[in-house]
Amino acid sequence: MSLTTQDIERIAHLARIRVTPADVADVQAKLDGIFKLIDEMQAVNTQGIEPMSHGLDMVLRLRDDVVTETDHREKYQKNAPQAAEGYFLVPRVIE
Amino acid sequence: MSWNTFSTVAETVKALNDKKVSAVELATHYLDRAAALQPVLNAYVTLDREKTLADAKTADDKRAVGGADVAAPLLGVPVAHKDIYLIDGWRTTCGSKMLENFIAPYTSTVVQNMSAAGMVTLGKLNMDEFAMGSSNETSYFGTVKNPWDISRVPGGSSGGSAASVAAGLTPASTGTDTGGSIRQPAMFCNLTGLKPTYGVCSRFGIIAFASSLDQAGPFAQTAEDCALLLNAMAGFDPNDATSLDRPKENYSRDLAKPLAGLRVGLPKEFFGEGVASGIAKAVDEALAVYRKLGAVTVEVSLPNVKYSVPAYYVVAPAEASSNLSRFDGVRYGHRAAEYSDLMDMYKRSRAEGFGAEVKRRILIGTYVLSLGYYDAYYLQAGKLRRLIAEDFKRAYEVCDVVMGPTAPETAFQFGSKSDDPVKMYLNDIFTICANLTGQPAMSHPCGVDESGQHVGMQIIGNYLDEARMLNVAHQFQLATDWHKCHPSI
Repeated sequence: MSLTTQDIERIAHLARIRVTPADVADVQAKLDGIFKLIDEMQAVNTQGIEPMSHGLDMVLRLRDDVVTETDHREKYQKNAPQAAEGYFLVPRVIE
Repeated sequence: MSWNTFSTVAETVKALNDKKVSAVELATHYLDRAAALQPVLNAYVTLDREKTLADAKTADDKRAVGGADVAAPLLGVPVAHKDIYLIDGWRTTCGSKMLENFIAPYTSTVVQNMSAAGMVTLGKLNMDEFAMGSSNETSYFGTVKNPWDISRVPGGSSGGSAASVAAGLTPASTGTDTGGSIRQPAMFCNLTGLKPTYGVCSRFGIIAFASSLDQAGPFAQTAEDCALLLNAMAGFDPNDATSLDRPKENYSRDLAKPLAGLRVGLPKEFFGEGVASGIAKAVDEALAVYRKLGAVTVEVSLPNVKYSVPAYYVVAPAEASSNLSRFDGVRYGHRAAEYSDLMDMYKRSRAEGFGAEVKRRILIGTYVLSLGYYDAYYLQAGKLRRLIAEDFKRAYEVCDVVMGPTAPETAFQFGSKSDDPVKMYLNDIFTICANLTGQPAMSHPCGVDESGQHVGMQIIGNYLDEARMLNVAHQFQLATDWHKCHPSI
């Protein structure tokens, strides 16, 4: 498999990462090399194999439906690039 | 002299108990050494003398009042943390420009546990950006140098964690291991490093890279120290959905057991032509030591392990692309100075805040999870994880632990792989399988190659068999001196 310039532009958009036209060729070449490595696994017949995400096949726990978090808004918002009156500020999205 | 720069954790505990040294004296010594060697090694990202000395003073005060405390067995022992662990009030960068000014608002469970055991935080250690790298060359804060040879890499991603212990800037450190990020730097810097079974150490408050693979673990000079550190680090945590709910273990309990009758599995896939000759020789000599200690070696086969690297480069980037979507320039992290609208703000902030390797992995992950590709990539990789786990299951029918070289090459020169991601990825060929299966694995020093670079023996254990692995490595260390070699720095 090899990726096209359009593929790179599409995934860069999905990933919300700006890739400049000057960088596309380099990104494409490096990703092609990596996908060549990845595609080695396509040779394995895995029909009927159950995918695994946890070695001990654990089941996720449920917890009681009670409030455990306290209010940390002020502290957490100290790391925000822009915040005011308890809100995170972003560029205008509604005209 | 009852204590020196290269005292182990166990020796440091004894010196503290015998009142030969105080926590403040220890902290001051290592802080001074860390500051003096920072221009040479660049092992730390952040040191905060005031905080550390306050911690140390508290430890000394506690000791003065209560004496040694069973609840705090490591009271006053210094430790440094990989800069991926959140510690309330400490800058936590994850080696990235994205988090250059991020001050953690809470503390990770592992650090909380270590503080509860009495350990004093010395500082935050340099690392590959978001733990993506095998050489510490992707850090926004510059490369970490290998204290054995500063023209060589310390390994990665926990490069600062390894370099700091090797150079005597701290007696112990924490790392994280997603594909070998504890074991490979442990080998490159001649240390003992352990990645526990997935779920043994809480991931809460550790900045996520690949959530189904990430696991915290210790770096130290000896297996005995790793056991002491793991005793402090491990434990069930309701704040981590994948934390294993099981009673606390004493990982030191089996250290003294003799190895007679131990069955060591040697996968033929780990001893092929890809292994450098100096490594093969050192590993063979170490296996001879194990046989002398009473172990028997048996050949085993892990036929699917060769698909570890391809499967990993689907799973890890896929999970990373999802985890790193939280860095949006809104709630925390870097925001671009100029942008036209919200979408442009996201794209520019992420383009500027992330380095090249992190962006590559996000793009790979985005692609393999995009519409129409999920089955061919993420699902196929998940099935391979099962096949690899089944290979190991079969192997453990005839052996107790699996051994082989930790990496196919010893510490390499800066720049020798950084332009070729695939070449870099293949350095993790022996370590990745244990992350995919979730098994515990460790590396201990076992010799040098012809250029004097250090070789590590990897021990891969069955699930939750950490105590046995630590016993195995400890018995080897009682019979050998490789772990006692220190760089002249």
